[in-house]
Amino acid sequence: MRGDLAALEVLRPRRLAEALAALADSDRPCPIAGGTDLYVALNEGRAPARRFLDLSRLDELTGLETTPSGLRLGARTTYTELRASRLVRRRAPVLAEMAASVGAIAIQNRGTLGGSLGNASPASDPAPVLLALDAAVELAARDGRRVVRRRVPLDRFFIGYRETAARPDELIVAVLLPSSALEGWRYAYRKVGTRRAQAISKVVAAVGLELGARPRRIAAARIAYGSMAPTPVRARAAEAALAGRAPTSAAGRAAARALLAEDLHPIDDLRSSADYRALVAGRLLESLLGALGGFRPGLDD
Amino acid sequence: MAPARAAVRHLPRAPRAVVGSNVPRREGLEKLTGRALYVADLDVPGAWWGVTVRSPHARARILSIERDLGADGARAVVVTAEDLLRAGRDNVVHLIADDQPFLAHRSVEHAEEAVALVAAPTREEAERAAARVRVRYEPLEPVLDFERAETIHKTCAIDKGDVAAAFAGAARVVEGTYRVGHQEHAYIEPNGMVAWPRIDGVRLVRGSLQCPFYVHAALTRLFGEPAEAIRVAQTSTGGGFGGKEDYPDLVAGHAALLADACGRPVRLLYDRAEDMVATTKRHPGRIVHRTALDAEGRLLGMDVEVLLDGGAYVTLSPVVLSRAVIHAAGPYRCANVRIRGRVVKTNTPPNGAFRGFGVPQVAFALERHLDRVARAAGLDRVELRRRNLLADGETTATGQAVIDAGASRQALDAALKRSRFAATARAHARFNRRHAHLRRGLGLACFFHGSGFTGNGEIRLASEVALELLEGGRVRVLAAATEIGQGTRTVFAQIVAQVLGLPYEAVETVDPDTALVPDSGPTVASRTVPIVGRILADAARELDAVLARRVGRPPGRPWTRRDFAGAAALHLDAGGERRVTARFSNPSGQRFDETRYVGDAYAAYAWAAAVAEVEVDLTSFETRVLRVVAAQDIGRAIHPRLAAGQLEGGLTQAVGWALFEEVVARDGRMANGQLTNYILPTAIETPPIELVVLERPFAHGPFGAKGIGELPMDGGAPAVVNAIADALEIDLDRLPATPERIAAAWLAARPERRRA
Repeated sequence: MRGDLAALEVLRPRRLAEALAALADSDRPCPIAGGTDLYVALNEGRAPARRFLDLSRLDELTGLETTPSGLRLGARTTYTELRASRLVRRRAPVLAEMAASVGAIAIQNRGTLGGSLGNASPASDPAPVLLALDAAVELAARDGRRVVRRRVPLDRFFIGYRETAARPDELIVAVLLPSSALEGWRYAYRKVGTRRAQAISKVVAAVGLELGARPRRIAAARIAYGSMAPTPVRARAAEAALAGRAPTSAAGRAAARALLAEDLHPIDDLRSSADYRALVAGRLLESLLGALGGFRPGLDD
Repeated sequence: MAPARAAVRHLPRAPRAVVGSNVPRREGLEKLTGRALYVADLDVPGAWWGVTVRSPHARARILSIERDLGADGARAVVVTAEDLLRAGRDNVVHLIADDQPFLAHRSVEHAEEAVALVAAPTREEAERAAARVRVRYEPLEPVLDFERAETIHKTCAIDKGDVAAAFAGAARVVEGTYRVGHQEHAYIEPNGMVAWPRIDGVRLVRGSLQCPFYVHAALTRLFGEPAEAIRVAQTSTGGGFGGKEDYPDLVAGHAALLADACGRPVRLLYDRAEDMVATTKRHPGRIVHRTALDAEGRLLGMDVEVLLDGGAYVTLSPVVLSRAVIHAAGPYRCANVRIRGRVVKTNTPPNGAFRGFGVPQVAFALERHLDRVARAAGLDRVELRRRNLLADGETTATGQAVIDAGASRQALDAALKRSRFAATARAHARFNRRHAHLRRGLGLACFFHGSGFTGNGEIRLASEVALELLEGGRVRVLAAATEIGQGTRTVFAQIVAQVLGLPYEAVETVDPDTALVPDSGPTVASRTVPIVGRILADAARELDAVLARRVGRPPGRPWTRRDFAGAAALHLDAGGERRVTARFSNPSGQRFDETRYVGDAYAAYAWAAAVAEVEVDLTSFETRVLRVVAAQDIGRAIHPRLAAGQLEGGLTQAVGWALFEEVVARDGRMANGQLTNYILPTAIETPPIELVVLERPFAHGPFGAKGIGELPMDGGAPAVVNAIADALEIDLDRLPATPERIAAAWLAARPERRRA
């Protein structure tokens, strides 16, 4: 490991209020949960901060529970917990499927939902699935003696490359999944990484469809991608093109694919090329719609 | 699958067959239990930490080096080229052309070139001090594209028969251009050395290396000191694959210079990132084929151009090129061959030895090309190869008549049979009809690899080994061949035990130390078993003869351990030598014309064929290798399990090079020097590998053995890429065959596919 670890300071609060007080401080520490991103930087001698706020003792950030409005997943929920949770597997199985595609077992044991969202990498594995699930993040901050909380829909949370709508004194405490997105919707997800495991994504796609009362019609769609823009993004133009169509409608799918370019702005980087990403984004949409709509995708052209 | 075994001079005579059995690996338990000491594990009291200051520019003039170390200055030393020259050192890494400096002087020729060295008591202090060494550069325009480079490191050529006439009379001519990229060794242990200052007239360096006497020669030259003043010892080494053939010369020299400067031992340990960006890689290359065929699909003429990217300094490039050129026409019969090879200079870190040493590059080109030739000629790809593979006694491109060349055909037949090639192809066709977005395909490659140094290299090396009598009827092997994970120590003990008829446990082995072992040459070129192992067998026969004479019994009979101990004691009491030595004797009578490239390029070749089965996902263009079947004639497996490990490991490394491994460079610097972004195959990507080991003994190898370390690396990539091309009915002419390249080729194959 490069750099001088002894020069780093780590705060280890046990209560949320203490943690938030530290974040309100002028010498603000950098929150660290599983550390799966931060340790990479530390190992390369690029410590992003001198002070760290270790969240591992904050029990208020854990737990998966049903609430009147849907599901509440503590920010420290790990991928391993998502995979193992019966609640998740019953109500949002696509999240468990996503969790299985992250890194390796060791990474799944340490990496957290809150950490990934706070890190705001465009290549985040969970972000596209959570966007498709219409998730929101719950943020908390200290206001004098009080802890104040607010809720930000995920599609307004990512505001730029590795930039979020959270203020520096705010901590992500939970991820909220609304019931409206869990009932009557079907989801499919696929990550295309640099290899089949232990990989950072080249393209991630998540698709949710609400199939209307009259079957075979798409009442609403939510389509989200990772690694296709400076932030994880919704492909809203494509979503609109599908609304009201039958999932088997080739014309609808073609229209949706054509409109992906409105929202997706892939680039060439170390891991892949813009051309490949654009091509595969379209083919993934075709394939995921096929899986959800119960038809064979027309990829063999 | 062993065919009839010819009479071989070194066939086992012992009651217990040690050779050919899976005896426990020598250093296996030490490694498994964590007791093995790698260089980073050495406890060196008082040692300082070394850091290398490297150039950020691919090419630049060095205007000045300032070293205002501030508060850390009192506890740090800095060494630059100027310091080195002032101290009367020779700033040259001694290898072939002697053009590479230990430290850049006045100019830098590649990014990450070492410009200064720093040592301080701790890593943190050393890093802080290194950050305060200010180098001012004037950047110059670098040459980064080897296809446009003009400075030539080395050329070589093969001319056999009349190529012009062959092309003039051809029924068909097929051309193709093929490109391959860098490959990083990614050995599990990065480079590292510990050097001590001169103590009692001797400088000691210990570390991770393949070739102790290369390091020894480099340090002798650097310090201008006699051989006995330099001592180089290997520590347990976590893999090499060629990456620790020449680069450790540099690391050792740097560590020794720092130890000299601070008067203390210095540890110079690279981390993964530094090792990846700064050390050698496989040579990228472009190979152009023009092939003349007769009406029956026989090879009439082969015209091949091999161009390799040598990087900024010559290092080992000339010998990589010559091996590439000699193997460029493959294991095929062709009376008229013209091969032109060139390795050029670019302002990139020097490329070096990597398992295969030029052969994987040319094997990929030729085996891809032959699929294209078959298609152009309307011939089945198997049939094309079968018609053209060498038969026993036929000649290679250098005109070498190879007695067992027909083993290439046996390997092909065995690979086809084991893979059920034709039936599998039919099954794939059915599968592809049933699956809209998956495509399966089969690929084939035939290849060969010469054992030992090219041409007269072994004669010049004149390797020497020794056996030493120990107490209690034991014998110690003294050789410079290193254990780098491949099993050197185990197979050496087996060979000696078998010749003497002693139990395996009675033969000891050591990690080489130049103060203790004779120079048996570098651990490279698939030479450890066939060359060094053979000399060891000779030494063991000599030892047997000496002791047999001493006790008056006929030689060549197995010893019991007690009899052996008694004879040894008698021998030593009578003032007999404790050591028996043996030298390379060119047993095969190999002879090679190094200016015309004619003759016996190698004493022996190992022959092989590989079949790969792949599935390509048409959604993502990702390739899954479903299976690799490889049949390889290796002469004799001294240790079948270790041999299988070599074959499986090499094939896996080939799958990585075929599909994933790609160095992304920006302005001449490796931009993906982390294992996160330089993609190696993991267990999931490692296909099931089925091996057919053919054992047609090589008369001059120990117990018939040939070299196998590199062979499997040569043919895996073309087999996999041929399978992808087969699955998608596309042309692929560049490695690695990433999903991005496969997608582009798939789109290019039919223009109507290019839509939103």
